[in-house]
Formats: sequence, C-alpha cells, structure tokens
Amino acid sequence: MNIQKIKLYLSLFRITFSISAFTFGGGYIVIPMMRKYFVNGLRVISEQELLDMAAIAQSTPGAIAVNLAVLVGYRISGIAGAIIACIGTVLPPLIILSIISFFYKAFRDNKIISAILKGMEAGVAAIIVDLVIDMGQGIVKEKNLLLTMMAPAAFLASFVFNINILIIIISCSILCFVQVYIRSKKGGIRNE
Amino acid sequence: MNKIIFALFISFLQIGTFSIGGGYAIIPLIQDQVVNHHGWLTPQEYTDIITISQMTPGPLVVNTASFVGIRIAGIPGAIVATLGSIVSGSIISILLYNFFKKYKKLDSISNVLRGLRSSSVGLIASAASTIILIAFLGTSSLNIRSFNINITAIILFIVSLFLLRKYKPNPILIMVLTGIIGLFAYY
Repeated sequence: MNIQKIKLYLSLFRITFSISAFTFGGGYIVIPMMRKYFVNGLRVISEQELLDMAAIAQSTPGAIAVNLAVLVGYRISGIAGAIIACIGTVLPPLIILSIISFFYKAFRDNKIISAILKGMEAGVAAIIVDLVIDMGQGIVKEKNLLLTMMAPAAFLASFVFNINILIIIISCSILCFVQVYIRSKKGGIRNE
Repeated sequence: MNKIIFALFISFLQIGTFSIGGGYAIIPLIQDQVVNHHGWLTPQEYTDIITISQMTPGPLVVNTASFVGIRIAGIPGAIVATLGSIVSGSIISILLYNFFKKYKKLDSISNVLRGLRSSSVGLIASAASTIILIAFLGTSSLNIRSFNINITAIILFIVSLFLLRKYKPNPILIMVLTGIIGLFAYY
C-alpha cells in the first residue's frame, strides 16, 4: 500500500518534471503531453476529465501549465499529489533560469539555440493542432449546437478580435447557464 | 534582505493572481511590476528575459519569477518569487475543480463546464494559430505587412501532424526531432 503510493508519487513527479522540461512554445503544449502520459499511458484520468481540467486551468489565474499539473496531481492523489505535481512542474524552469541568469547575454544571442527553437515551433504547432482536432471531434459528437458553435466563436474572439480571455470565458459560462435555464422552463432538460 | 524577499513574493503574487489565460497577455503586467514599479530590471533586461523565457521551457510567469528572483536575492529570491506566482492559481484551480465536482449532477453546472470545455478548445486553437503564424510567416499579428513564407517550417508542420495523426508518437519525440532538423536547416 505504502510502497505503491510512493511509486505513484515518484511517477507523478517524474512525468510532470519531464513534461515541464519540454514546455516550449507556451503553456498549451502541456495539454497534449498530459493526455499522452496520464490518459493514454497510465490511464488514471479519462479524456473528458482532462478536458474539464484544461478548461478550469484556463479559467483560473496563473500559468496554465502549473494549474493543470496541480489539478492532475490533485485528482490522482489529493493535496499531496497536487504539491508533488506542482514541484515537478516548477523545478525545471527554476533550475534552468537560475543557471541562465548568470550568462544570459550569451544565451540570448546563441545561434544554435535559436535554430533549434525555430525548428521546434513547427513541431509545437503540429502537436497542438493534433489535440484541437481530437477535442473538436469530441465536442461535435455531443450534438449540442451551442457548444459546437462556442469553440469557433471563442477562437474568433480570441485570435481575430483579441478579446480578453476572461471576458470570453465568462460570456461562454453565462450562455451555457442561460441555455439550461431556457430548457428547464420548457421542461425538457434531459431529452435533448 | 527579508524586506526584498517579501516584496518579491507580494509582487509575483499580484502578477500570478491577475494573469488569466497566460501567454503574451501577461507581459505588460509583469513589466509594470518588475520594471516600472520596483525597478528590479532595466527595460533592456526585461526584453531579454522575455526573449529567454520564450527560448526556455516552462511558463513565462515562472521563468520571469525565477530570473528576477535570482538577480535580486539569489536562490531564495527565485524560490519565493516562483512560489508567489503560482500559489493563487493553484488554490483557485483546486477550489473550482471541487466546486464543479460537487455540483456536477446539477444540469446548470455541468452545462457550464461543458461550455468551458468548448471555449477552451477554441482558445487552444487560437494559441496554435499564433504559433503557426510565427513559425510560417515570422509574425504574430494578423495585419501582415512584411512577412517571409518559411517553406521548411510548413513542411516540418505537415510531416509532424501526419506522424501524430497516424502513429500517435510521444510529443516530446516530435519536439526533439523538429529541434534537430531546425538546427540543420536554420544554423
């Protein structure tokens, strides 16, 4: 029992640490990575649960990568899991940045590093698009017109019109709340 | 010394608490605290740290906190600033998660969560599009005046996406491979 728990803690730390060490190209890359390890690999979380957590992680302040790691850790083994996942996520950037801060001018101007990063941009884009395709299919399957339209609407609002993410999230929540309210007035919530 | 440590914590606590959605939206927020208000970094240093944060793994907030913390008060400073930047987000996330879990049976709550999920996909797509613009055209804005089409990046993207859809490899593998190819293609 105890040994199993320690094993779980260790793998939680190992996975969050290695994901964080590869969080290039913004926090969103952690969502497909988490899916790879926790949904498809360890099978401790379902795809739906991960999407819920991703939505919550985005709706709360702070870094998405940290919020999501904390939630995954919390879901798997409570507060202890949350703390372990959090440390695992924060440690790589803390160590790397601490080292870099001593010779940051050389690092900033390094051509090798910027070439590697330039190449990675395309990979990061592909990984996130791959996730968006899977998640989008899941939403369309729910056959709820409002929910199906909400994804492209949020995309347009954020990408084209640069509307603050907080406003987008709050309006979507209100719309969904209203949808249920209207349906309950009609008396048919369950059978859509 | 203790005073500075405390100021670092409070400052990054504010940054962490008021940054929603992460990414580039928080850059001016951090600048306001770190450059304008406290004068911990010069504007030049701040531009550098943003560049470095994009080059290194990890969330922008955590990277900046580590960097500023260590320059102001060494390792303890880095730890305290990082802690400050993550604590409110972590606590609020857990509270919200428990709230949704507790009331999941209520139709209104479960529908709001489903809505959040949908909008979340849209926001992720928006983040992906920004990266695609930067990778393909070298610009992050939509009003494109001067851009260069990067054929290598487009090919790398298509091949990566094909591999991901067909063979479901580990994303880290894709990043290592595209990084290596980038080294040969761009250096």
